[in-house]
Parts: sequence; C-alpha cells; structure tokens
Amino acid sequence: MSRVHDMGGRFGEGPVVPDADDVVFYTDWHARALAVTLAAGSLGKWNIDVSRHARESLSPKDYMAFSYYEKWMGGLADMLVHRGVLTREEMADQTVTQISDLADKKLTADQVAVVLARGGPATRDSDVAPVFSVGDAVMTRRIAENVLVAGGHTRLPKYAAGARGRILRYHGTHILPDSNAHGLGEAPEPLYAVIFPASELWQHPEHPRDEVVLDLWQSYLEPL
Amino acid sequence: MPHDHHDHDHPHALLPPAPALRVKALETILTQKGLVDPAALDVIIDTYENKIGPRNGAHVVAKAWSDPAFIDALRADADAALLELGYYGRQGEHMVVVENTTDTHNIVVCTLCSCYPWPLLGIPPGWYKSDAYRARVVREPRAVLADFGVTLPADSSVRVWDSTAEVRYLVIPMRPEGTEGWSEAALMDLVTRDSMIGTGLAKVPA
Repeated sequence: MSRVHDMGGRFGEGPVVPDADDVVFYTDWHARALAVTLAAGSLGKWNIDVSRHARESLSPKDYMAFSYYEKWMGGLADMLVHRGVLTREEMADQTVTQISDLADKKLTADQVAVVLARGGPATRDSDVAPVFSVGDAVMTRRIAENVLVAGGHTRLPKYAAGARGRILRYHGTHILPDSNAHGLGEAPEPLYAVIFPASELWQHPEHPRDEVVLDLWQSYLEPL
Repeated sequence: MPHDHHDHDHPHALLPPAPALRVKALETILTQKGLVDPAALDVIIDTYENKIGPRNGAHVVAKAWSDPAFIDALRADADAALLELGYYGRQGEHMVVVENTTDTHNIVVCTLCSCYPWPLLGIPPGWYKSDAYRARVVREPRAVLADFGVTLPADSSVRVWDSTAEVRYLVIPMRPEGTEGWSEAALMDLVTRDSMIGTGLAKVPA
C-alpha cells in the first residue's frame, strides 16, 4: 500500500488550470515558505529524501487539505522537532529562550547565491555494477513499497508497479532514496530511464502509441 | 524503525492553523533561535522572482534551434553543455533534454512531488504542483493538453516523463515554421515556459 502523495493515474480530479507565464509566487507567504525551507535545509539536519518523506508522512487528511506550501510547512515543522532542532514547547509557544547550537550553520544573505549555484548532485561512485543495457526488457517490483522500512520512502509509483518496460537510458549511479530517507546510508546504485507503453499501465490508454518514462533504480527492476 | 512514530506525532499541528501565520511563526522561531537570517530569505525570493526563471530555458531552446553544434552537445552531455552557458545549480544537477518531433510530443511531470528544472525554468507554476496535473497527465495527456488549449495531430504519440529521481527534463519544443534566419534573441520570445514542460507549443510568429 502506498501513501496519499502517490497519485499518478488517480481518477476523479478536475481540470488543470493554466496560469500566466510570469507568476512565480501567488502570495507573499508562499515565497516565505519556500525560502524558510531552503534556508533550514542548510542546517544540514536532513537531506532531500528525508524532506520528501516528511511531506509524504503528513496524514492523508492533512495532505489532501493542505495547499502546496502548507505541505512544505507541515513537513518542515515536523522535521525540526523530530531532528531536535526545535522543541515542541518552542513550536507551541513560539518563544525561544536560547540560541541554537546550530547557529553557526545559519545561511547568511551573502552565501545564498553560492549555495543555490552549487546544488547537490545525487550521483555517487558505487560498487553496484549495472546489470541492464539500453533496450533490455525489465519488470518493476510488483509491490511499490520500500523493502527496507515498512511504510518508508520509495520512488516507484504504484501505477508503475509490476509493469513491463524496457531500458531507455542509463543515468549512472545515484543515491537510493529508499535508504537515504531513513538514515541507512546513500547506498548508490544504477539508475535508468525505463519506458513503458501506456497500455501496460492503463486499462484505457488514450492512444495506442503513447508511452510513459520513469527514472527507476536497479533494485526496483528485474530482468524479463 | 525510527520513522514510525512520525505517522502518529505531527508537531506541525502545534503551529497556528492559518497558513500565512504558520509560516510567520516558523520564520520567527527560527530567527530567534539564530537559525534563519531573514535577509537571506529575501535574497532567495529575489533570486527566483527576478534572476532564475524560464528565460534561461528559452535561451537554451533558442540556441538549440539555431546552433547544430549546441544541440549535439546537449544530446551528448546536457550538463556539460548547459554549464558552458552558465546554467547549473539546485534542482538542475542532472539534466536531460527531450526533443519534440512531428512524430512524438514530450510532456514532463512529477507525480510523487514537484520535481522541476529550477536553474532553467525557475519555481514551478501552481498547476504543475496540483493534484489534477500530477494525477491526470500520466494517464490522459491529451485531455490535459486540451485544458491548455493544445491539440496534437491524431497520428503523433505522446511520451510522458515522470521525474521520479534527481534527473530533470527540459522539453525542446518544435521550432515554428517561418523563423528561418531569426536571431537567438528573437527566437527566445517564442519559447514559453509551458512549451518547455510540454503543456504548450512554441508561439507561432504573427
């Protein structure tokens, strides 16, 4: 069973509502929410996989009720307490009695450009050799769940579980989110773009030649 | 496992319910704690409001249309080719370009969250992050394109790219007819944000 964020293919949604090209933030607090989240990330208490899992771990009721940046705030607040950066009392009272031990890691205004430009590559050297070549037929795991941690983070959407596709492209060896989200190490392994006919994923594809491509780690795949 | 308690323990519920107040409260607590510099937040916001946005991607597309050596370089190693133009950074560390043809139309999504090539397109628009887009575009891309007023030829196929890893995809839309000999700067104005996600086409010159 997957979590509420895993919504690819779900029925019942309404129209997608396009907007103007030049809108970046719809309101001031959206901008503030993004910036606080990026700045807090610089404290080094979590990685991107931990932060994605924090948002996914919101209760289904909250996840569905929250707007996009409310999910970010929910995930951030939960991480700050669970990682010991803030106490529940500080969160509840919004009163702080002392400066944090992490204050020397604070992102300052003059560091922002460098930090954003530097990025954070996900490629790592790995002992795991690629076993698939471009064109190989593969099948994804039948169950789209984290095999290391019950209810843990994974990047195999349920709509693509147990599906037959072929290797389209090799991306090199990348950090495995299923491990990295849970303090179990980066566990880098080969990552591939895998292409699936739409008819392999959906009962009623729109067009017989349509395809869907997903980036999938080697341990998500088995040979066919 | 250590994460299990998360499901039953949500400290975010301790914050004020109104979203704007919730953000303000977090910023205030973190600032008092010495962990956030409000001036740094201003710089981050200014960066994505004014410096990093879809004009970067439009530059890449216009150059790809007009410079055969550049599109070859993009195909061979997009990261290296983009770095030469100065485009790299957070959420754009591993780039792949996908080219629309008369036969195949490409569309990019992130069904699990909101992955998007920030250095080239900036912060994703609201619809890209919406449940409707994430849920529908993998299953019914043409119906979603219709929401954007786009109709594809009946015989062309659609390839939807679900960004499930840290690889980010940029669509190179088809170059409009009647633009032979145009300068890069003139071509850039035809390249919309949506055309580089795949929910739009490049503008046709009037």
